[in-house]
Amino acid sequence: MRHLPLTSAIALIAASAASADTVTVVTSFPQDLTDPFKAAFEEAHPEHELEVVNRNTNASVAFLQETRDSNTTDLFWASAPDAFEVLKSEGLLAKVDIASEGIPDEIGSYPINDPDGFYYGFAASGYGIMYNTRYVEANDLPIPAEWDDLMGAEYNGHVAMSAPSRSGTTHLTVETLLQGDGWEDGWAKWKWIAGNMNTVTERSFGVPDAVNSGSAGYGIVIDFFGLSSKASDFPVELVYPSVTAIVPANIAVIENAPNPEAAKTFVEFVLSPEGQQVLLNPAIMRLPVNQAAYENAPEGFPHPFDENFAPGAIEFDVNKSGTRYNLVNSLFDVLITYRLDELREAVAAVQQAEAAHADSGNAEAQALIEEARDLVEALPITEEESLDPAFAEAFQISRADPTTEVVGRQAEIEQEWDSFAVENYRRATELANEAAAM
Amino acid sequence: MSAIGTDAGKRSFTPFPRLSGAAVAGILIAIILMAFLILPVAQVIYVAFLDARTGTLTLQNFEDFFRSTLFRQSFYNSFYVSAMSVVVATVIALPLAYITTRFNFAGAALIQSLGFIPLIMPPFVGAVAMSLLFGRNGSVNLLLDQYLGFKIPFMEGLNGVILVQSIHYFPFILINLSAALRNIDRSMEESAQNLGASGLRLFRRIVFPLAMPGYLAGAALVFIKVFDDLGTPLLLNVNTMLAPQAYLRITGVGINDPMGYVISFILVAFSVFSLWASLLFMRGKDYATTQKGGGGLAKRDLSTREKVLAYGVILFILALVLSPHLGLTLLAFGTIWSFSPLPDGFTLQHFETVFTQSTQYIYNTILYAGTAALLDVILGTAIAYIVIRTGLPGRRWLDYMATAALAVPGVVLGIGYLRMFHGIQLPFGMGPMASWWGIIIVALMIRRLPYALRACMAALQQISLSLEEAAESLGAKRSSTIRRITVPLMTGGILAGFVTSFATAAVELSATIMLVSRSSEAPLAYGIYLYMQSAAGRGPGAALGILAVIIVGVGTYLSQRIIERDRRRRAAAPGAQQ
Repeated sequence: MRHLPLTSAIALIAASAASADTVTVVTSFPQDLTDPFKAAFEEAHPEHELEVVNRNTNASVAFLQETRDSNTTDLFWASAPDAFEVLKSEGLLAKVDIASEGIPDEIGSYPINDPDGFYYGFAASGYGIMYNTRYVEANDLPIPAEWDDLMGAEYNGHVAMSAPSRSGTTHLTVETLLQGDGWEDGWAKWKWIAGNMNTVTERSFGVPDAVNSGSAGYGIVIDFFGLSSKASDFPVELVYPSVTAIVPANIAVIENAPNPEAAKTFVEFVLSPEGQQVLLNPAIMRLPVNQAAYENAPEGFPHPFDENFAPGAIEFDVNKSGTRYNLVNSLFDVLITYRLDELREAVAAVQQAEAAHADSGNAEAQALIEEARDLVEALPITEEESLDPAFAEAFQISRADPTTEVVGRQAEIEQEWDSFAVENYRRATELANEAAAM
Repeated sequence: MSAIGTDAGKRSFTPFPRLSGAAVAGILIAIILMAFLILPVAQVIYVAFLDARTGTLTLQNFEDFFRSTLFRQSFYNSFYVSAMSVVVATVIALPLAYITTRFNFAGAALIQSLGFIPLIMPPFVGAVAMSLLFGRNGSVNLLLDQYLGFKIPFMEGLNGVILVQSIHYFPFILINLSAALRNIDRSMEESAQNLGASGLRLFRRIVFPLAMPGYLAGAALVFIKVFDDLGTPLLLNVNTMLAPQAYLRITGVGINDPMGYVISFILVAFSVFSLWASLLFMRGKDYATTQKGGGGLAKRDLSTREKVLAYGVILFILALVLSPHLGLTLLAFGTIWSFSPLPDGFTLQHFETVFTQSTQYIYNTILYAGTAALLDVILGTAIAYIVIRTGLPGRRWLDYMATAALAVPGVVLGIGYLRMFHGIQLPFGMGPMASWWGIIIVALMIRRLPYALRACMAALQQISLSLEEAAESLGAKRSSTIRRITVPLMTGGILAGFVTSFATAAVELSATIMLVSRSSEAPLAYGIYLYMQSAAGRGPGAALGILAVIIVGVGTYLSQRIIERDRRRRAAAPGAQQ
């Protein structure tokens, strides 16, 4: 024990002396993913050594921002495309030319690489619904196929999801539905699904954790959470709804990297057929972007380049998503995450009223239920407003254009939305209870 | 106190006033706190006072805070949960502390150590273990549902937070109250008994009031800690409380919502305020007793019936508070555990994985947490001495500053360190200061200082000044009085502080995750975090968590033994039998 500080100090000095051969990567990926890549890379390129530093995405971004003056990191390697967008807009990423073959420009309708060449997609991920088979059996529940199914009353209290403000990939799912179904119908759908939730988790890994341990029956997750849980023998399955967001996980070289050449070598390795093969490891289970890698894929492995895969995939508008990124996160938090109890109460009341009047033919009760439904679905802002810089930039302080006149401070707007939501949910509960009592 | 006053008076004649040892120590501590706590945090938190768009100074953000329904409700919820947690934690801690210190009771040291374990809840795995046992489909509820047809929502809403927080933090009260009970002089109790007090009346009127500094030290820690804690509410997905609101608003990618920092500021201010309020409560009361020779309260023998009752109560409480660790053990030895009362099978494989991959975490943790806790008790003792025994101007502020660390979210401290120390290059090619492993020790030291400090303060408050004056009037120098009289009398409190700081530092993650720059230099909590990022890592993560608990458990048990031995030695010393 006592000699440890000395040895690590020596190791440190040795490491900095030999830094020409060391590539330092900051990543949010688990050891299950980084260890096989490290082994494969060091075998293919014995002259380099890969030093992996794990941090969650938020901590990684903060770390790179704070250490930019004396940067010690060569690469950033993570899922969420928005984290790369933030780093790119702040000039923290280096523009590099990467030689790779067999990688198409788009997956679904989402561009695999950054069009400006600052970051590169290395694996694709789709979104799906993961469920615990024991839970479903014990509670005699159905197996969902589409997002709409999760709105049904039979799912009440069984669904888990992460908040879009906490997880970049969840954000993409939310935005995909908003673009696929339209602003109003999309939000309505999310609210009815959220009304069935037993939890909105703070970490994206909280969702597979909840489903694996059986505290939730269904989870809205990025596919590899489901696939790797299954590969670890948990009693879970994953389904892809037909409208799904397929998005790349990325890698980028940091601006002013200590070892830029070796960093580039690693990126090229990850994109090569050899590197892509590593993704099929059962503990990783991410979808390769290099089509050649699918030749060795196991039976039943999802193939996102196949035309039968997710036929309902929509034309994803990256600009639209980017403009209102923080606004959508904030709106979701205010209407759903922070007011989940109120929303659940309203949704449960409507579901009970509907069950009571399923075929009673009571027109007065139906009218009340309709009114309650409208109140639950009501939105404080329109789609035009969500794309209006005067609104959107109130939520984008760090990257906002200072000349834009905004409608108010974020806290002010959120307070307005909050009272709107609380009052509507309260009134909807009241109306639905009234209808149910008829 | 008066002694130093006159000293200072004499010295004011010299042209260059020589500072007393205490003043030098005070200034040094103030510099340490400024450099490693106040300035780094101020660098981050000043955003609360800026207009988000123009960058000009403003108080607008605070107005927004109080106008927001959500924040007002969060404030109320946080307050309610903290107050209720103190009540429930007291109900848990009081019997344990009382029975083990007042009666001859086999295994008292073991019970004290076990009662301490709940404080060591490894991040993430602890949460999973809790929900596997008590969650809506945890073991208990699955069995209840199967045999009795109903479920109990242990872990839902604010009541769930209160339950989990009380189980988690009651050791603060237990450890400080026990130390205080041990320090009460036997003669006080004997006098009361001579005057006819006994039983509950003796406890209520004499024993408990004399142990008040210890109890309040523990209760204040529980209150402030629960008020500022974000782990448990987030685990239970309760986010309408202040700390989780601050955390959620600070840590989003690319978001720069000033409200997060406003809430952090309010958390710090409110914690200092609560501390001040608890000091106010104690003001004007003297808790010191002079005769330390008597070795604390007399231990009574229990009749058989009382013994059965006492064991019953203790076993019930221990079963309740140790259940999360039972869950953790099952998780560490279990194969797959999903929607069933017990894991499908048992295996040693997770421990094998940990021992082949992760032994460096264990060494690092002992080194980091041990060093940090040692520094904490040194600082804690020094601050306690300066605050209570000297008349240095501004001495209370040392206490306030150190305690404010309790309310600083770990992320904020971590970002503050990066901002302040990354630009500083260390000599000998050791790279930037912020990525040097020593900075992790500093962060742990700062974050856990309040625990050690409260314990040291309580210990010193119970020692009568007359003992030190006696030593000084016999010609002992001030420094040797501190060394030979004060510190030895404080041993119990200092050890209590060391254990609390060590145990909680061993599982700290929120600040360290920002500061770890190589996994070879990472502590155990970081190792658990790494495992818990994937489904396959749950077992090994739990195994690593169990190792953390064992390390801290053994440390606690050893210090309990030292306290007990010390007590016996003193009780047996010839001078004690006056």
